[in-house]
Amino acid sequence: MNEVLAVLIAVAGGLAGGLVGVGGGVLFVPALTIFLGLTQVEAESTSLLMIVVVALIGAYRQNGYGNVRLREALTIGVLSPLGVWLGVTVSNHVSERALQLSFAALALFMAAQLVRRARSAP
Amino acid sequence: MPTAPGSLPSHQTLKLAAIGSLAGLFSGLFGVGGGTVIVPLLIFWFGYGERLATGTSLAAIVLIGLLGALAQGGFYGNVHVATGLLLAIPAVLGVVLGTAIQQRIPQRAVSYLFALLLVGIAIELILK
Repeated sequence: MNEVLAVLIAVAGGLAGGLVGVGGGVLFVPALTIFLGLTQVEAESTSLLMIVVVALIGAYRQNGYGNVRLREALTIGVLSPLGVWLGVTVSNHVSERALQLSFAALALFMAAQLVRRARSAP
Repeated sequence: MPTAPGSLPSHQTLKLAAIGSLAGLFSGLFGVGGGTVIVPLLIFWFGYGERLATGTSLAAIVLIGLLGALAQGGFYGNVHVATGLLLAIPAVLGVVLGTAIQQRIPQRAVSYLFALLLVGIAIELILK
């Protein structure tokens, strides 16, 4: 039963990935910990592997629809380790709670901006 | 955005660098995928349509995820390869279906869905 639920959540994660362009980790990690008994660290690592596969196929399909700017995507990807390093450095100096709340605020701000922009679009 | 290969203007490269860094930052800090910041910033800063932003985001995530997975798997041995690959099969089914559906709904609906996702993530972070 747990395996079935994990599979269903994996489908949902992929579906979210295709619809809104995220990797699906938001759903993969809980599926791996809750239904398959992985630890949080194992789940996050394994979820990364799934994300790579999902994003690869998703990007391939989107490219077929003419929705990928490869050069820009590669620039973003190549420069992301800079942020990972920055993140590790920052997290050693700032409380995790402060970071969580800051990102929550940023997420809400971006959500409001997206809705405002979409509403005013022709 | 008409940019010929090899002539990406430097201020745009800087903005892309900022998006890449933020994506890495947030995935490193919170384990939320980089897509959460890539998609909105491509829309706000580059004026991408929702489909172009999400497609480009997926392509960037391939690289971000690959770098992360290699680091985790190589250095810590935490990746359950068989489980991940098996569970990737239904996930791939989902992403193929999701991209197909996305081509058939209005772009602004993608923005609304994304806003919903962001609100969910914010709630999860606040309740942590």
